[in-house]
Amino acid sequence: MAFVQQSSPHAHNARPTSKVMLWVILAALPGLLAQTLFFGWGNLINVVWCIAIALASEAAILKLRSKPVAFFLRDNTAAVTGLLLGLSLPQFAPWWVSAVAVVSAIVVAKQLYGGLGSNPFNPAMVGYALVLISFPVAMTTNWAEPALLWGNAPGFGDTLTAIASGQQTAVDGWTMATPLDEYKHKIATHTAAEVLVHPTFGEGFARGWEWVNAAFLAGGILLICLRIITWHIPVAVLGGLVAMSLAFGSNADQYAPLSLHLLAGGTMLGAFFIATDPVSAATSHQGKLIYGAGIGVLIYLIRSWGNYPDAVAFSVLLMNFAVPFIDHYTPPRTYGHHKAHRGLSGRGRS
Amino acid sequence: MTQLWDFSGGVHPAEHKQLSTGRPIRTAGIPSQLVLPLQQHIGEPAEPLVSLGDHVLKGQKIADVSHGMGVPVHAPTSGIVASIGDYPVPHPSGMADKCIVLKPDGKDEWCERYPLSDYRKLDRNEVLGIIHSAGVAGMGGAGFPTDIKLKPSRDRKVDTLILNGAECEPYITADDMTMRERADKVVDGLKVMAWILRPERCVIGIEDNKPEAAAALREATQGTKIEIAVIPTKYPSGGEKQLIRILTGMEVPSGGIPADIGVMCQNVGTAVAVAQAVFEGTPLIRRVVTLTGAALETPGNFDVLLGTPVQYLLDQAGLQPDDVSRLILGGPMMGYTLTTTAVPVIKTSNCIIAATASELPAPPPEQACIRCGQCAEACPMELLPQQLFWYAKAEEFEKAEHLNLFDCIECGACSYVCPSSIPLVQYYRYAKGEIRLQRAEQLKADRARERFEARQQRLEREQLEKDQRRKERAKAAAEAQAKKKADAEKAAANGEAVDERGARSALVEQALARKKASTNAARIQPADKPEAATLPEPAPEEPDIEALEKQLTQAQTKLETMQAMLEDAKAQQADNLDKLERAVAKNHDRVKRAQDALTEARRMLAPQPEARSETQPIK
Ligand code: SF4
Ligand code: SF4
Repeated sequence: MAFVQQSSPHAHNARPTSKVMLWVILAALPGLLAQTLFFGWGNLINVVWCIAIALASEAAILKLRSKPVAFFLRDNTAAVTGLLLGLSLPQFAPWWVSAVAVVSAIVVAKQLYGGLGSNPFNPAMVGYALVLISFPVAMTTNWAEPALLWGNAPGFGDTLTAIASGQQTAVDGWTMATPLDEYKHKIATHTAAEVLVHPTFGEGFARGWEWVNAAFLAGGILLICLRIITWHIPVAVLGGLVAMSLAFGSNADQYAPLSLHLLAGGTMLGAFFIATDPVSAATSHQGKLIYGAGIGVLIYLIRSWGNYPDAVAFSVLLMNFAVPFIDHYTPPRTYGHHKAHRGLSGRGRS
Repeated sequence: MTQLWDFSGGVHPAEHKQLSTGRPIRTAGIPSQLVLPLQQHIGEPAEPLVSLGDHVLKGQKIADVSHGMGVPVHAPTSGIVASIGDYPVPHPSGMADKCIVLKPDGKDEWCERYPLSDYRKLDRNEVLGIIHSAGVAGMGGAGFPTDIKLKPSRDRKVDTLILNGAECEPYITADDMTMRERADKVVDGLKVMAWILRPERCVIGIEDNKPEAAAALREATQGTKIEIAVIPTKYPSGGEKQLIRILTGMEVPSGGIPADIGVMCQNVGTAVAVAQAVFEGTPLIRRVVTLTGAALETPGNFDVLLGTPVQYLLDQAGLQPDDVSRLILGGPMMGYTLTTTAVPVIKTSNCIIAATASELPAPPPEQACIRCGQCAEACPMELLPQQLFWYAKAEEFEKAEHLNLFDCIECGACSYVCPSSIPLVQYYRYAKGEIRLQRAEQLKADRARERFEARQQRLEREQLEKDQRRKERAKAAAEAQAKKKADAEKAAANGEAVDERGARSALVEQALARKKASTNAARIQPADKPEAATLPEPAPEEPDIEALEKQLTQAQTKLETMQAMLEDAKAQQADNLDKLERAVAKNHDRVKRAQDALTEARRMLAPQPEARSETQPIK
């Protein structure tokens, strides 16, 4: 008899990366559904398009790097990057803007750094930030007006044409700015009551957006329940944002109210699906709390005083920079030790 | 209700325990040959006390440890010593080691036994002696000699004695079945150990997936103060450090032992062995082994003679040779695979798993770490497995050590959950091995450097002394020369005023002076040795050399005894270690001094004949 020689442990019960990513995709579906319901077909088309581009560019670059294409494609990570971009880009973003975002995310931010596990920055957010800086007009003018799909939203055909056509022609249901954008620009000269009459705000929240955020929140909670992510990063992101908002934004006539910060824009998507990307986030629990809180604080700072109305991408990227530093100073205390070894200097054992 | 604490991390692997709990413990019987490794635990291997062809009785001591830490080996049944040599032994490397092979005669004839009914009448050390000569070693993990473990140094009083019945590894049910069927023996053994240690608290920790065992022990401990603590099922709650944390809320300090915090853990099987040693007078010659896995027709627990080959047991449990793909000694989380079924059961073997390929499939290929942190969530030691893996892979061992690599208990929880299927534990074992190797080499290099430096220093000192002597000789010679010259000048000055005869007598005087001066010079030569200068004869020196030599040998013998004592103390982890270490160091110095004095004296004697041969012709 020849026996298999294997080192312990002999039992494994890992949820393989591919399954983890599949769950992430599934958990994002309620959010996508809400987006489709409230803003029309745009995000759905974007998601499909972005995933297709993501898989194609991942396959191409894997081939170039002479890596086993099928083996890596099956880990579903490229699909998740495409999905996240499809969910975050403006509903009517032209096809080539999405393509540039996805290709730079996969090729530059992920594969050129060494592929899965080696990228210091969140690939999707690198792609997003890149197109936001490069094509500011396309990125800020292609948002859909909140309108129920079964109401007067642009139809599937119109949306597809708008996305696919080189020169964009405005269709009904087009809006120029997101609620956060709107609020920020108007509040300088108007009172909160005056600003909030704009149709984009509905009942004081960002119309439609509150449902989208609630759906992403639900998906995020599912991920926590499934132990795919831990609560630390999302809670810290939201906590940081809330704390800043309470500290600086109590006057609605000056800054956007807390409800808008939490329920407009990409807050929940960012907190539960983007900031939690394990590869580019901090690792220890303490580190995750610091990392998440940093993102929350930065989101508020950039939204309130920066040039960009929604700030998830830049906040995440900025905190990605800090991850090695955070990890360096937040190792957990090991069993049987008085305190953790901070940093890497010296060899003293406590 | 006992208060319980939680430990961080841990996993819940599929238990597969019901596979082997369906049948009562069966007696495996006597195989056609028994292979008894001389080293079945950490410590020194035992030396055979028998030779080829000897007839031995069941329970007879056939190998013993004369020095250092270790326990004797006994014959599991009566028979003939068929061979003493290297045979495959249970070891992850699949190595061979020295074994005594016994051919049973089938009579199973006992040697004389001395059961004790009232051990309390004896001195505690005598009871420890009984446990030692019965060959009892820890039957759970590394197999530490039980008598030594039960003898913590005086300043480390054991307040809490824990009996580890957690048995958290999947598949294994040996302790479970032992507790169910032999609860009285478990409690008897625990009582003996408690009597030796006098702890304030005795507690048996059992995972809540063994209700029958807990019930049996509850019954057996009725009327005693022994606590039964039923703990939540979670791997690795049976790890010594984790169990201590669960039952006491305390942590064993890193690099320390449980006794440092007043706790001791013993295994359930060990308690039974202690009870048998004391109350029946039987040495440790058998143990309960779980035979399980889907490739067996009738899995279960067996009462097995030590030395029984694995193949014999597999046959008894109905092995399906075509189905078995992986053969594991120990549990699926920490056990190792066997290459041959010829290895015997030893004191620490608790489980053999004959797994089919579908039961324990090969893990998927290793992927890149995605820093998901699942491993850190699972790690019961609160380490950062992912970072450790990173440093181990990059061979940055210092950084891995800094992140407490050596606190890793190799429980495998991290590998178990890793979605990228990285064999993390393998990397840690590799890193630990490399670091140990480097340390050993460093130590060797340090020793060599010290030796070299000492030699260099000695050579320099000798050279310096030689130079010093030469200088003094030169000085003395120059002085003599100057005196001679002065005398000559004086004589010349005198000569001017005297006649020829007077001049002639002056010349005679000069010659005399010259002779005197050179004799003086010869005498002054060895001036740096006062006794040599005053005693030109070597005779009185001889007895000194002899005395010095005697002194040296005396010092050397003393040093040797002290060293041997230190070695013993180390092995037994006695508390007078540093005192002994100081004594050894002192004796080292004494030997060195004696040696130095001797060489010094020898060297002093050696140059003197030369000095004499120079002076003699002048006389
Ligand atoms: S579980 Fe595996 S993939 Fe996840 S962080 Fe640990 S080593 Fe990396
Ligand atoms: S094997 Fe080591 S690093 Fe992995 S979980 Fe166990 S103690 Fe932690």
